[in-house]
Amino acid sequence: MAVKKEKHPMPEQDSKERIKNFNEVPYGYSKETAIEEAKRCIQCKNSPCTKGCPVEIDIPEFIKELAEGKIDKAVEVLKSKTALPAVCGRVCPYENQCEGECTLNKIGDPVGIGRLERFLADYERKKGMINPKKLKPTGKKVAVVGAGPAGLTCAGDLAKMGHKVVVFEALHAPGGVLMYGIPEFRLPKAIVHAEVDFIKKLGVEIHYDVVVGKTITVQELLEDYDAVFIGTGAGLPRWLNIPGESLDGVYSANEFLTRVNMMKAYDFPHHCTPCTVGGVAATFGAGNVAMDCARTSLRMGAKKSYIIYRRTEKEMPARNEEIHHAKQEEVIFKLLTNPVEFIGDEKGKLKAVKCIEMKLGEPDESGRRRPIPIPESEFTIKIDTALVAIGQNPNPLVPKSFKELETEKWGNLKVDEKGQTTVPGVFAGGDIATGAATVILAMGAGKKAARAIDEYLKKKKK
Amino acid sequence: MYEILEKRALSDNVKLMKVKAPLVARKALAGQFIILRIDEEGERIPLTIADYNRKKGTITVIFMEVGKTTKQLGIMEVGDKLLNFAGPLGAASEIEKYGNCVMIGGGVGIAPLYPIVRELKKAGNHVISILGARNKSLLMLEKEIEEFSDELHICTDDGSKGKKGFVSNVLQEIIDSGKKIDIVWAIGPVIMMKVVAELTKKYDIKTMVSLNPIMVDGTGMCGGCRVTVGGEIKFACVDGPEFDGHKVDFDNLMLRNRRFLKEEEHACKIAGVKV
Repeated sequence: MAVKKEKHPMPEQDSKERIKNFNEVPYGYSKETAIEEAKRCIQCKNSPCTKGCPVEIDIPEFIKELAEGKIDKAVEVLKSKTALPAVCGRVCPYENQCEGECTLNKIGDPVGIGRLERFLADYERKKGMINPKKLKPTGKKVAVVGAGPAGLTCAGDLAKMGHKVVVFEALHAPGGVLMYGIPEFRLPKAIVHAEVDFIKKLGVEIHYDVVVGKTITVQELLEDYDAVFIGTGAGLPRWLNIPGESLDGVYSANEFLTRVNMMKAYDFPHHCTPCTVGGVAATFGAGNVAMDCARTSLRMGAKKSYIIYRRTEKEMPARNEEIHHAKQEEVIFKLLTNPVEFIGDEKGKLKAVKCIEMKLGEPDESGRRRPIPIPESEFTIKIDTALVAIGQNPNPLVPKSFKELETEKWGNLKVDEKGQTTVPGVFAGGDIATGAATVILAMGAGKKAARAIDEYLKKKKK
Repeated sequence: MYEILEKRALSDNVKLMKVKAPLVARKALAGQFIILRIDEEGERIPLTIADYNRKKGTITVIFMEVGKTTKQLGIMEVGDKLLNFAGPLGAASEIEKYGNCVMIGGGVGIAPLYPIVRELKKAGNHVISILGARNKSLLMLEKEIEEFSDELHICTDDGSKGKKGFVSNVLQEIIDSGKKIDIVWAIGPVIMMKVVAELTKKYDIKTMVSLNPIMVDGTGMCGGCRVTVGGEIKFACVDGPEFDGHKVDFDNLMLRNRRFLKEEEHACKIAGVKV
């Protein structure tokens, strides 16, 4: 039987409706569609898909089980490698990873691996998650700093190896960027909570309100624990550094998304944290976070939402799927445009942004063509809300409080290929080590570090 | 959960609370702050630490009931518990032997001034404290601050206690008396800090101010608390809350502190609390 060339489509909320709510946009596959899609996999010998997966999921194996209708078995294969499958099945850039490597790309669409992962995770969660087996404790204790994707993955893997793990989280909720950054309509928070609950069932303890570097130091953790993993992320927002950036109405993407996602400002005043979005919103930047900001601003009441970006669509760092969804929701893309000044009214409230037109020049060190301003091309756009989404630097709290931890150019922790920092027994991974990247790369780093920590603990025993 | 162990009204709308938070108390230093959240729907608000007791594991906060959260906090009682209480956050005051220190507290700003006064006195400084408020009922911690001060000046806008006038008038008198001042701390309403900083700048007296912008996470992540200091963007939560008063753009701070006034009013109305 010939393989169907197209991926099975995933039904989603109509774009006119969904900009009025925070419900998830894609609905996910039904059981029947999932099995049909799984059957598209030709189980090729060299399985290139697995090479593209930072958390080493045995992709052909779980697809095989699913194609045969053995859903529980498929879930087991999946969860033996990832503790956050419902998250990965939603936010992973599959097109560059597993699906990007799929053999079917030669004849048509790749197998919808991401959609299948999401289906299995959702199916199991709705059915009631299977309790993991209790392991024989090794007697070793590991402290994990930060309950984001890197920390949670590291914690889950270490617990599966029988180590006692305590996670210290500065905020009042787990998940890190999964909770404060990624919007509800892309990653429902109930799903994050459910996956964190599973990690807790593995025996992992999470302590909230503990700001490591302030409430307790890494040095103190080393006295009570056999090893420490640092996964404190890229929490420091970058600014445009143009006049008017402190006007009322200009937010960092982090502040805006934290208010709306983690503090649930969309449910104000029932939830007490306010967040105001005026008639016209403009987001600066064109990564996934920028798409999240632009789409969130519509749901928060903006009548018009711009993405203002200094290069062209080709250079945009966001995933195609995110750009596609933003366009469907009628986000207006102002490309080859760079802001030069925010303009406020007499009360200091933002009322406009002055921009300049750009053209592309020679490629720069990133390989992308460098944008150059076109002289005397300035123009003004009336806006009420500005969202600055041009990236984050690593969170400086931990490095600042522990000088022996060496850092690199952008303030990221220096680590070797195993995640070992410059202090013995202290490991790090995710955005704090690499600079801002993706959820799945942070998870991959957490996984690798868990293995290195396990090795370190075994050596230490002798 | 963090239990309220003690509660006292310092005036009509200013309350003192002692909260059980041993991890925070273990590390707290003068000049730092905490972030609390009352319940699942609550917002995160910063409050400067007014005192700490490491042995008992308690943190004292003093707050004025100005918005929805502080009003809700104000009606909580001993035995009630707060859902979140994180800290100590921010950089501590730089305590060293400066010589003559003039310590200025205005209204509810007297609360965070107190532990700094105490630590500076313990460090061997000559401490002159100036406490001011709109009226007598808004003054606080006079006895506590007096204990660690070599001189104490009180003033009120309406003359109901101490001298009639502003803290800046008293400071001017001290400067005019020819007494050498090595450093000034000023904590209170933004306008008070601005006036004090403008005055001391004329005489080139180093002046520290403690800023209180709107915050969300308190760990340097959101930048909601950004202030312009010496022409650069600084985050009050990690770079402050104390800054060199001569470099702070107070006008921008005042503007940013008004960001959610309308929403605050709306929330208070819905919740049935008067603004």
